[in-house]
Amino acid sequence: MRMTKPLVVAALLFPVGGGAWAQKNAAVQSIEEYRAMLQDGNPADLFEAKGEGLWTQKRGPKNASLEKCDLGKGPGVYKGVFVELPKYFADTGRVQDLESRLLTCMETLQGLDAAAIAKTPFGRGEQNNMTALATWIAAESKGMKFNLPQSHAQEKVFYQVGKRLFFQRGGPHDFSCASCHGEDDKRIRLQDLPNLTKNPGDGVGFAAWPAYRVSNGQMWGMQQRLNDCYRQQRFPYPGFGSDATIALGVYLGVNSQGSASAAPAIKR
Amino acid sequence: MADPMRIRAQAAGDKTTVRVLMAHEMEGGQRKDAAGKIVPAWYIQEVTATHNGKPVLTAEWGPAVSKNPFLQFVVKGAKAGDKIGVSWKDNRGDTRTDEATVS
Repeated sequence: MRMTKPLVVAALLFPVGGGAWAQKNAAVQSIEEYRAMLQDGNPADLFEAKGEGLWTQKRGPKNASLEKCDLGKGPGVYKGVFVELPKYFADTGRVQDLESRLLTCMETLQGLDAAAIAKTPFGRGEQNNMTALATWIAAESKGMKFNLPQSHAQEKVFYQVGKRLFFQRGGPHDFSCASCHGEDDKRIRLQDLPNLTKNPGDGVGFAAWPAYRVSNGQMWGMQQRLNDCYRQQRFPYPGFGSDATIALGVYLGVNSQGSASAAPAIKR
Repeated sequence: MADPMRIRAQAAGDKTTVRVLMAHEMEGGQRKDAAGKIVPAWYIQEVTATHNGKPVLTAEWGPAVSKNPFLQFVVKGAKAGDKIGVSWKDNRGDTRTDEATVS
């Protein structure tokens, strides 16, 4: 009698474990097939085209284009800048990500009201132009490998702040970013969640945004992605281009060192 | 004025695959806004494609087609350098026509 008990347990456990594994694999595979089908007609292309037009278009009270905007590699250079952001900018004395840097350029070059744009809800007015610009500039670095600088003291501080924010629990659910993104093989419904405490690999996590979301037909930049993560955790709105979101960007970006950018990607 | 379409046309043998991405809201007319009012229907109704000016495809679309729709079709006999034109007309009477060269 004593000998048979463990055997029965073992026989019960194995088929159950194996079944769940096979089921998950099939689900993941069919989602990947669906994504591959969508890849061909990624509507992010439309936003890219719009962003490219906005770069050279004369706009704002100063009636100027963004062609002299310095995104980190000198005025007017847009190729390869995305994979090196966020970084420290001496002229503003801040660490900035792509979107907050574009906001600086829109204010200094075009004379647009940066504070008003930062307060505009996503998907309205100038925020639409911001997303389109970020999409196009990200697309100009597609396939390049992330290589965020960590030489300036501020950049190192932002990495550490971002890391702390990532693990900081709070809100009514006592959630942190790490609650969902701190372990391998987690998911929300059928969406696989990358483990962002280490390098998640090519085109995953930080390397996938801006992305077009098929389910709501919206183009999202990294700022909106992080904002929505905080909304899901029931945190207050962190503020567009805030130091908190940029610090998280530095943490995620530095962790993705060496991974290729897939942005603009397409999501469910 | 509607945003431009993205049209790609790639020849392989005697067949050319045309892929079109259109920028359109494609509002179905069933949804309500934050104030509880119905968002009026606004969608593409007619799509036509031409090969060197000769019609090769006409389609009637309805409100069930997704936002920013993607359309793919194959044209027989189109060669590199030929012109593929695509135009749509929505239920507000707005139209957009774009052209691409087969590569």
